[in-house]
Amino acid sequence: MRKIGLYSMLGLFTIISIFPFYWMIIGATNESGKMFTNPPTLKPGDQFMTNLQNLNASIDLGRVFFNSVFVSVVYVIVALMVCSTAAYALSKFEFKGRNAIFTTLLLSMMIPYQATLIPLFQLMSNFNLLDTYFALIVPQLCFPFAIFLLRQNFLAFPTELIEAARLDGAGEMRIFLTIVLPSMKPAMAAAAIFLFMTQWNNFMWPLVATTSNEMATLPVALSSLIGLSIIDYGQVMMGVTIATIPIIVFFLALQRHFISGMLGSAVK
Amino acid sequence: MKTNKSLPYLFIAPALLLFALFTIYPIFSSFILSFQSMEGGKYVFTGLSNYTRLLGDDIFWKALGNTGIILIVQVPVMILLALLLANALNSQLLRLKGFFRVSFFLPAVTSLVAYSILFSIILQDEGIMNTILGFFGINAIQWLGDPFWAKVSIIVAMTWRWTGYNMVIFLAALQSLSHEVYEAADLDGANRIQKFFHVTVPQLKPVILFATILSTIGTLQLFDEPFNLTKGGPADSTMTLGLYIYQNGFKYFDFGYASAIAYVVVLLVGILTFFQFKFTGDKS
Repeated sequence: MRKIGLYSMLGLFTIISIFPFYWMIIGATNESGKMFTNPPTLKPGDQFMTNLQNLNASIDLGRVFFNSVFVSVVYVIVALMVCSTAAYALSKFEFKGRNAIFTTLLLSMMIPYQATLIPLFQLMSNFNLLDTYFALIVPQLCFPFAIFLLRQNFLAFPTELIEAARLDGAGEMRIFLTIVLPSMKPAMAAAAIFLFMTQWNNFMWPLVATTSNEMATLPVALSSLIGLSIIDYGQVMMGVTIATIPIIVFFLALQRHFISGMLGSAVK
Repeated sequence: MKTNKSLPYLFIAPALLLFALFTIYPIFSSFILSFQSMEGGKYVFTGLSNYTRLLGDDIFWKALGNTGIILIVQVPVMILLALLLANALNSQLLRLKGFFRVSFFLPAVTSLVAYSILFSIILQDEGIMNTILGFFGINAIQWLGDPFWAKVSIIVAMTWRWTGYNMVIFLAALQSLSHEVYEAADLDGANRIQKFFHVTVPQLKPVILFATILSTIGTLQLFDEPFNLTKGGPADSTMTLGLYIYQNGFKYFDFGYASAIAYVVVLLVGILTFFQFKFTGDKS
């Protein structure tokens, strides 16, 4: 009996979690009005192409999608380099100021993003960097949570292996790249997913840092759609779907790494 | 082993340089900016004028109140729900654990903008939410058009988005707890509910604190949801501090005033974090 109760509760919460995604697909494949019928339309419709074309007419879909992918991918690659080398130094070397640096990084996670927003905007504006990929990618490359997550994992790497490699005369960069990093793949994957999701979903900074439609990212372009006086819900739902499906597929493919990586850092 | 003294600094230099330029500098710069106002096309020091202006600004107080209400209602509801779900998923006998875990986490993967827009369509007067309520004989609710229900809408949406995220954090902590304590509780004849409140929750205290602080910081910065779901309306009933900072900064280009509000948020994060540590008596 108790089990039935448990499964029905979990089942109910599963429906609540998943239903909005299903509704999103219904919306993306039906015409605008079908979202507001009683009884509700629960079957996918045949307006997929029409909604896609309408969306493409409202925003430069290809360009905006490319912007999001390009910015996210480049960001993840460079941020991983910046954060993993920092995490390595913070976990495997003794040096002056190490604790102070680590504490400052951690404390900065508590500073609301909005407290840095305006000076960042002014900085980019003064150097004429607004509306560039540079402005979208560079300011958040040093991501304290990613450094924290990687450091937790690097701490577990046996220091003896590093010392043995040094005795063999290997250079420090080589040790890091060929001995430490290869065994840190799960941690790097977790950090990569986290960084990718953060950048792909980022809204406030791209909203402020981009001024032209050509440089908009998907969330910014989506948000502009609901600012119009007459809203075509079919194309809006198509936009929401295009912003959501890639990140879900990406997550489902790598969720094992992600959840274990997140877990490792959250509890220790 | 002797290593080159400058070596660790070389490894950490790129991160530090970026951190100094794009985090430390802006934090100080916006602090200074909060004491400045635009006069004749230039920023000049005007002392506490931005802060005294806040005292008489009705919209600011409204934003502060709204953010406070959302915080007080949403965070505890979500944390409790996340704990219950994590506790259920940690049960030894449960099947399909992986499926449930991924389903509950899925909302946390989507972009804040995408889900806000999705909810704004679901919660329309003629939307699916009201249609479903109709099946149960409940009259249609003006989710986004009524000041009270607009706040509820934001809370519902945030809870949908973040509960699974916190659940995963709790689940990890639960899995690292020892079985012995539960066996001892079984011997003492404790039931499920007693075990949850007297064994599980106390042991998870540091993790609950961690999740609560993260959620508090997140809620104090609330921006994407009101921006896309309600635009702060109706009648500023969902205006948040985050949205008000954006409006003052990038609609009215009053950077000094916006920075002053941002520093109110910084202060609030500091105070609330301090009290959360104090109340839970956790010193680590």
